[in-house]
Amino acid sequence: MRRNYVVESLRQIFGGKPSRPTKDQVPEVLRAIYQGKRGNFTKADLEAAHIEHKRTFGNKWQIRRWATLIFINLLFVISYHFDVQLVEGALTASRVVGFHMADLNSALQVTLAYKEVVLNLVIGTTTVFVLWLLLGGRTFCSWVCPYHLIAEWAEYLHLWLVKKKIVKNHVFNRKVRGVFWLVFALLALVTGYTVFETISPTGIVSRALIYGPGLALIWVGLLLLFEVFYSRRAWCRYACPIGVTYGVVGLFSPVRVKYNAEACHHEGDCRKVCLVPHVLDVTIRGAAFDVDQDVVADCTRCGMCVDVCPTSSLTYEIKGLGKFL
Amino acid sequence: MTEKARPKKKKRVISPKRREQNRREFLRTSALTVGIVSASLLGFIPIANGSSVRLRPPAAIKGRLYGHEFFAACIKCGQCVQVCPVNAIHLGDIDDGFGVGVPFIDAREQACDFSCDGLQCVLACPTGALTHHLDFPADARMGFARLARPKACLAVQGKGFKGQARGPAFKGILRYAEIDRWNPVPVADHPYDLEICDLCVRQCPIEQRIIECAEQDRQAANSDKLARVAQRIGNECPPKHAITLEPIESADGVKRMKPVIQEGCVGCGVCEMICPVESAAIVVDLDKNADSLGG
Repeated sequence: MRRNYVVESLRQIFGGKPSRPTKDQVPEVLRAIYQGKRGNFTKADLEAAHIEHKRTFGNKWQIRRWATLIFINLLFVISYHFDVQLVEGALTASRVVGFHMADLNSALQVTLAYKEVVLNLVIGTTTVFVLWLLLGGRTFCSWVCPYHLIAEWAEYLHLWLVKKKIVKNHVFNRKVRGVFWLVFALLALVTGYTVFETISPTGIVSRALIYGPGLALIWVGLLLLFEVFYSRRAWCRYACPIGVTYGVVGLFSPVRVKYNAEACHHEGDCRKVCLVPHVLDVTIRGAAFDVDQDVVADCTRCGMCVDVCPTSSLTYEIKGLGKFL
Repeated sequence: MTEKARPKKKKRVISPKRREQNRREFLRTSALTVGIVSASLLGFIPIANGSSVRLRPPAAIKGRLYGHEFFAACIKCGQCVQVCPVNAIHLGDIDDGFGVGVPFIDAREQACDFSCDGLQCVLACPTGALTHHLDFPADARMGFARLARPKACLAVQGKGFKGQARGPAFKGILRYAEIDRWNPVPVADHPYDLEICDLCVRQCPIEQRIIECAEQDRQAANSDKLARVAQRIGNECPPKHAITLEPIESADGVKRMKPVIQEGCVGCGVCEMICPVESAAIVVDLDKNADSLGG
């Protein structure tokens, strides 16, 4: 019994609980794997595996990701300030060596508000759509969005404060992100203003980096304070419609994180570091439908789980090309 | 089959603690929704009280309500900012509400003087918020100049002007065809010595273009007549007059002049920038343009 990747992805993007197999749905081979692991690992084994993994693997993907994110955003800044014209514009829309690119969510907002589309926007939107279709949809979030990086740092502060028992994490219902997507789409359509752009930290931070800081950064600061003191990664997890848009693009992307149940200890380190831990529910003992499973499209392909997994049960894959790691 | 299975299914028992948690999560989530949506709608305030009304780059589309469609069509990327040779364009901050990231021009600080000739900002715009229907500067309809304080105007007073138009600290730049046809220079580097102040007329990009066209015509007349015809079609050369200096009657015998705005005015704001009086005697009205006045 396999679950349908697209259906399951959509369900989780719009806030549904990950589906779990009933006992009969777990294939024989997977049940045998679960059985075989019972009592075979001591805590000391696990600890040793962790240390060994940390020594050899480190934060490989996090470093690569941060470097990529900073590099892309720096390209915008350098292009403008040194007039090299590699990447003109901001993340909402740009021209890469003269070729149009448009952020899918910004383009959507503009189209709904203005109700007219010019050719350049069609070119830009199509290019970006194909780009993220190839690279994994929400990959945009963790590998490009500048707010993601700042929020990641704020998250470390939040987790430290939680550990010190100074603050408590408050969760929201994840369904609300889909509601936001719909509300902002309707607001653009009805009011004729790109209402979401007014508060989008992605656009605000991108423009602040390129054109200089402004008062709008106060709003970004408030969001970060909210995330540090009240709710972990609240904007990305529960609010941002950009994530929903790119999540849907990611449905059809070949770049995914793959889970293999064979060596997994089910100790849950991956779920602790994940921005969207519901996608890693499959790593819970008894929650997988198959020995190999692709993590659903709400995943931002950030690689934190790949970095942290001591048994390399989580790896990047490109469908149809085999493993590249 | 499922219909049969349903009645058999046991109703899940939720503990009172869990129910309380769910209730709180629901309330929190509702508060978050209301909070974020309200925060975004605060952006309507500057629209409603008119503080987001600003001079926009040439060819910014105009809708039924002023600025409405321009705000909608603009994707807030700032590519127009990047290509402007005189750095006249800035992006709105959050105090412009829905106008955050939307380009505007502060004419008094740095007006658009069409140094680029080819309307680079229009060419750079990826969404058509700066409409591509515009072919040359004289087609722009950014606003319409008005002599707001005639008594302060040096020409009306019959005075001349000597020195730097806006003082030594002024950072604005302008293209002076007689110095460098292609590169704008700081206004502060270009002192004047005028018998009667005519800066707003003298520096008007449209008036400069008229002079340029006359010069081209003169040269062309001496050589190739066909070339002259081709250029006229492509550049609307010469454009209509935008501003002229006209004598006014005065009883005291002092020679007085008055800048009179003509139907060719595009509202670029150079006159407002160059006006040496503080604050400027001539300003650009945003709710008018050459077309709206004509029709």
